[in-house]
Amino acid sequence: MLKKLRVILAVLFWLGITLLLLDFTGALHGWLGWMAKVQFLPAVMALNVGVIALLVVLTLVFGRVYCSVICPLGVFQDAVSHLGTLRSKRPYKYKKEIKWLRYGVWALFVIALVAGVQAFVALLAPYSAYGRMVQNLLQPLYLWGNNLLAWLSERAGSYTFYEKEVWLRSLPTLVIALVTLVVVVVLSFKGGRTYCNSICPVGTTLSFFSRFAMFRPVIDTEKCKKCKACETHCKAQCINIGKETQSIDYSRCVDCFNCIGQCKFDALKYRFAWGKKHGEWSEAMTPAGARPDPGLSQKVVEGDKAAGDSRGQSPLKGRRAFMTGATVALGAAALKGIEARAQEADKKTDGGFADVLPKQAPRRETPITPPGSFGARNFYRRCTACQLCVAECPNNVLRPSGRLEHLMQPEMSFEKGYCRPECTRCGELCPAGAILPISKEVKTNFHLGTAGVDVTLCLEATGKSSCGKCAQACPTGAIMMVADGEHRRPAVAEEVCIGCGKCEYLCPVRPISAITVNGKEVHV
Amino acid sequence: MKRRDFIKISGAAALAAACAPKGSQGAKVSDEGPGEMVYRTNPNNGDKVSLLGFGCMRWPMIRNAEGNPEIDQEAVNEMVDYAIEHGINYFDTSPAYLMGQSEKAAGIALSRHPRDKYYIATKLSNFRNQSPEASIRMYHDSFDQLKTDYFDYYLLHSIGSGGVEAFRQRYVENGMMEFLNKEREEGRIRNLGFSFHGKPGEFDSLIALHDSGEYHFDFVQIEMNYVDWTHADGVRNANAKYLYEELDKRGIPIVIMEPLLGGRLANVPEGIARQMKEREPDRSIASWAFRFCGTHPRVLCTLSGMTNMDPLVDNIKTFTHFKPLTEEELEFMEEMATQMMEYPMINCTDCKYCMPCPWGIDIPGTFQHYNRSVTEGTYAQSREQKNYRKLKKAYLVSYDRAVETVRQASHCINCGECLSHCPQSIPIPTELARINRYIESLKQDTL
Repeated sequence: MLKKLRVILAVLFWLGITLLLLDFTGALHGWLGWMAKVQFLPAVMALNVGVIALLVVLTLVFGRVYCSVICPLGVFQDAVSHLGTLRSKRPYKYKKEIKWLRYGVWALFVIALVAGVQAFVALLAPYSAYGRMVQNLLQPLYLWGNNLLAWLSERAGSYTFYEKEVWLRSLPTLVIALVTLVVVVVLSFKGGRTYCNSICPVGTTLSFFSRFAMFRPVIDTEKCKKCKACETHCKAQCINIGKETQSIDYSRCVDCFNCIGQCKFDALKYRFAWGKKHGEWSEAMTPAGARPDPGLSQKVVEGDKAAGDSRGQSPLKGRRAFMTGATVALGAAALKGIEARAQEADKKTDGGFADVLPKQAPRRETPITPPGSFGARNFYRRCTACQLCVAECPNNVLRPSGRLEHLMQPEMSFEKGYCRPECTRCGELCPAGAILPISKEVKTNFHLGTAGVDVTLCLEATGKSSCGKCAQACPTGAIMMVADGEHRRPAVAEEVCIGCGKCEYLCPVRPISAITVNGKEVHV
Repeated sequence: MKRRDFIKISGAAALAAACAPKGSQGAKVSDEGPGEMVYRTNPNNGDKVSLLGFGCMRWPMIRNAEGNPEIDQEAVNEMVDYAIEHGINYFDTSPAYLMGQSEKAAGIALSRHPRDKYYIATKLSNFRNQSPEASIRMYHDSFDQLKTDYFDYYLLHSIGSGGVEAFRQRYVENGMMEFLNKEREEGRIRNLGFSFHGKPGEFDSLIALHDSGEYHFDFVQIEMNYVDWTHADGVRNANAKYLYEELDKRGIPIVIMEPLLGGRLANVPEGIARQMKEREPDRSIASWAFRFCGTHPRVLCTLSGMTNMDPLVDNIKTFTHFKPLTEEELEFMEEMATQMMEYPMINCTDCKYCMPCPWGIDIPGTFQHYNRSVTEGTYAQSREQKNYRKLKKAYLVSYDRAVETVRQASHCINCGECLSHCPQSIPIPTELARINRYIESLKQDTL
């Protein structure tokens, strides 16, 4: 009964949060946005005292139900480990807590949090890891499915579904998501909640409270026949049924209630046990000072190392090489096109399209952070890189950063669109308070960055064509065309420019725009 | 028009017809049986020209193995065979059409038929390089492409804009008029004429050359349809009525282009379609436009740029069971034209002369999409409208479907390159900016 309730709630939560991360239309976030906001670490980052207090009290009363119901990574692991249990009738056995790993990671995590090494925080935080996996690996499939419906919808003359471009926002983040997925799947397939009880810093934090939970599964030593049915079905591997001892490690128990249904002797119950010692029902306490299982910890360390490595160098290098290659290839293609056109220059024929090269992101000294972030300091300290805003951004502006110091945290760039004045979705969604909700009216008061002109590329300044697109398009009138020798060139009034990127996006110069935006440390 | 709307309209029209007393329907046309194509005689040489001509500017394009657009030759062959079989004998092409592929495709399709079964019209489309060498090369190329050693009708392509000066620059100073006159004398050009787009004054100055005997034009091609008859604005573009009457006075045979305004008169707003269907439920909307052109006796041929078999079959039906418009019906057409003018449409005929835009903008695609939305009523007028949300989504989604994002109006840099190419004198950058403002007001909900 309890297990059923847990499974139902978990599935609902998991579906809700996954849909929230997949949805690109903005239709769901009014309904489901709260599910991201009750995630533990984002709530901490947002200093959302109400949510933190609620989660702590929840854990003090019922144990780590958070890990079994609210955390999407936990529920995902339950699904994987359920598949894992099909291989055997007695899939698990008690394992000792890997203390050095568990508390070591937790200590490192807290240090990283305080020191602001957000890439490490984002790597381990369970909700962020899950968001990263969904945005990078599942959303493309979702979008392709949507695009198929859009294709059918177009043929049926309906506007219900519309096409959404699927594109790679950041290779390093994709690789990290993939590695995270592999590590989590392998760990949970083989060992249930190993990740949650050895690595996950949120799990460790909640374990401090769950030890004292009011309600917990308790073994009645009188009735217990030591058949080990509960132990062999405990995916947290925290029930120890030995000759002498029958104990449960409540710091690791996630209250999944799988054990309760397994007991044929009515010896295991989820009951009120406030203030009572473990021994009142079950004889012995968890044996302390146990040595960690070397095999398992080795694997975990290796997995972690692999994640670290791939994030470190190779993907970045590969991406740069790919970009260079692509640029050369595009350049060659463009040249070929020009030659062919020169031969045809005598004859003006009608129809056809001129090639439009895809834009490339310029180098920005300071990354641009979204409106509502109030600047780099607030944004980078709070963002847990869950990718929710990236998945949602309707203008394809937000993408995970490839810079090492802000790895996976979003930044703005304008190759596929610009930060449109009517859109405030990222701020409405952000659960960590890194982007605060702002109104449309307020949005345009923030100066996210300042546009700058490269006169060696500008069509007007080089006399290649009349243009003035940036000046004409600028929503705040910050760009003016001024005389520059015999030509004109754009000039930017720094204090008027809000850094929305419209000029950069619409600049006809490709692949790198002649006018580009550089971020501002503080948005005022 | 959406199919649903069409069914709605035709259903309503059929109902109206069923309810009406028998006598009030007027003489019912019999569309059954093969019927006979209508021919007009060219007074200059006795050519019997079919009143419906095939314009070779809108043939279907497909992607070839390299992914480049290419004319669907198989479809063209099929259409040309059907056209000739049903009496069409006038084919109008140009070296510029369809990215320069039209003449070749026409040559392939037509050379499969005896040369005396059809008339070929092509043009000197020397828009870019007007040197004598380039112009003469273009002229000779047309023979090769069309696999012929004479042209029945040869046109100076699109003159008018810029008046006599532009004409002299393109055709006199480079010696081309002299050259073409000689070619006419030697029989390689049987009729020499020009196609006209421009202001009334520009027309006057050009026709004065004919009047004075400096040059002789055997025929003239003009844009004519029931909207342009008196609503072309008469300032930037001459009214067709004026042009027709001037040419009629001089006895010059007239070939008509844009009888449907690039298809816009085949798909008119619902309110107008309803009135047409109430009168002729079984005839197409397009048939009214063709009957309007054919009713005028000085018209030698009405060109239609038919993209596939559907309009070809329908147009042949119109001209093989041809019924000229009565005085009353001509007044009705004038009324329809007046009503058409109420819709904020852009006068684009999708001729693609403006393309390729050097910055990659899909100009005709953007205009066609806009016009279609106006015609089909999927065009939001105000935020206060009842179904504003739905209309907004419909416009924005269909826009993205019709025109790739990087080719949309917002990317126009107002370089003005397109302006000189537009036969309709549409202020293209201004209109693109207008459409973009409309889209912005939809996106920002400030409409």
